[in-house]
Amino acid sequence: MDVTRRHVLVGSGVAALAAAESIRQADSRATITMVSAEDVPFYSRPALAYLLTNELPESQLSIRSEREVAALGIERVTGLAEGLDAAAHELALSGGRRISYDRLLIATGAASIQADFPGAALDGAVHVDGLSEARDFVARARRARAAVVVGGGSTALELVEALQACGVATHYLMRGSRYWSKVFDAVESAIIEAQLIEQGVQLHRGCTVREAVGAKGVLTGVNTVDGRHIPCDLLAVAVGIRPRLELARAGGVATERGILTNEYLETSAADVYAAGDVAQIYDPVTRMAQLDTLWASALAQGTTAGLNMSGVRVAHRKRAPMNVTRLGGITVTIVGQVGASEDPDLLTLTRGQSERWMTDTDSWSVSGARTGDRLRVIVSGRVIVGAVVVGDQRVSRPLAHLVGEAVDISQLRPMLDANPNDAMDLLLSFCDAHVSDRTADHY
Amino acid sequence: MDAERVRLLATGLVVADPGRCVQCGICSHNCPCGIDVRAFARVAGAVTDARCVLCGSCVARCPRGTLSFTLLRQWT
Repeated sequence: MDVTRRHVLVGSGVAALAAAESIRQADSRATITMVSAEDVPFYSRPALAYLLTNELPESQLSIRSEREVAALGIERVTGLAEGLDAAAHELALSGGRRISYDRLLIATGAASIQADFPGAALDGAVHVDGLSEARDFVARARRARAAVVVGGGSTALELVEALQACGVATHYLMRGSRYWSKVFDAVESAIIEAQLIEQGVQLHRGCTVREAVGAKGVLTGVNTVDGRHIPCDLLAVAVGIRPRLELARAGGVATERGILTNEYLETSAADVYAAGDVAQIYDPVTRMAQLDTLWASALAQGTTAGLNMSGVRVAHRKRAPMNVTRLGGITVTIVGQVGASEDPDLLTLTRGQSERWMTDTDSWSVSGARTGDRLRVIVSGRVIVGAVVVGDQRVSRPLAHLVGEAVDISQLRPMLDANPNDAMDLLLSFCDAHVSDRTADHY
Repeated sequence: MDAERVRLLATGLVVADPGRCVQCGICSHNCPCGIDVRAFARVAGAVTDARCVLCGSCVARCPRGTLSFTLLRQWT
């Protein structure tokens, strides 16, 4: 009897790659077939931000050497997986090809949603999901004279940065009164906005696009609800992303906002798993199933899914959600639960975000010593449950540890309350004393 | 090369915080010694390539603050 297990992975992002790596580590004989629409080497999606700003050449994008890829022994199939017969364990590709599997991973990621105003389909209205769109964006930005960016989160500012790098006059339109109010408080938003203004970005607060307009199908500008016309030859849209659920739904796999899985990344269909941006994973601790579009989460989920597909029973342990991003040239770390408020610029979750960030908690904050620095710590009882570190990052690593490990800070709390301006030093000292973190002692 | 520089070369190395790294490769792209810093960061958690002269280009250029210097004796 042939006992070689046939694994089929749909998607080629970091979740699928990590799954392939853990499958191969656990089972040298298994076959691994990877089906993806993009026929490109494995790359890091967050790295596209630096490709857009010309800080990174495309030749540097590949995250695995040819030798490493060859060692995985993956058969790569370029195509669209559009049908799933879960009972028969069969995947159907466009064009009619069918692939049988013993274990299937759906790691189809998430796609940008279109703007909710007329004209969003004009030539010149763009979004960036993958490498091909990033290439197209760069080509357009090099020709453009003026651009409008709508949306929020880190993706919107990645596009703003890319346009600035190409010398394009850039208008950033915010429906709300401030930037990324879903995650930031007013002070944090103001720091980022001040930086953007200093860089020459024209900020339009409380400004909603009524329609994008063009001639012969090509974008020429946008009209706003308050009656303004902004001429532009590029409209960059980053109003949110939505998990690609078509395949799961075609196969009758249970979905909600994403594909529902248990902590073993198993879906409702036997031998079908999900990981990455498309997966809505149940957490037995919080008893909630939440989406997460963080790169590190996708990597961890893919690894766990691959092990479970190989027969190694491992529960996915959700870590404190953390993202480090650069906004207007300022490094920002967001970790744990950081609160929630309305954000009219985002219609859905954006890339590099976690639903677990969004909780109502008491927060405590202090500004850093230098203009442009800001530290906000969210405390619940005896533990720090979240933090936002803007600018000076010395404290971000220790904080991530305190949040992730739920370290009891009851001894530290009175000192923080009494000396909020010394928060950075107090937190660093506390970590030195209480956390065996080898990174705490740097020179 | 002054004595302090020699001491640092002998006792220091560049380490990575895997929780912050997205394997973008800016570190490798900016290494003047041609070291694939990204691969070292992913596989070993530190740049153990003998060609590393601790110039700090990768540390300075990493947009996510992933890399830092540490003392060899503190890295295990």
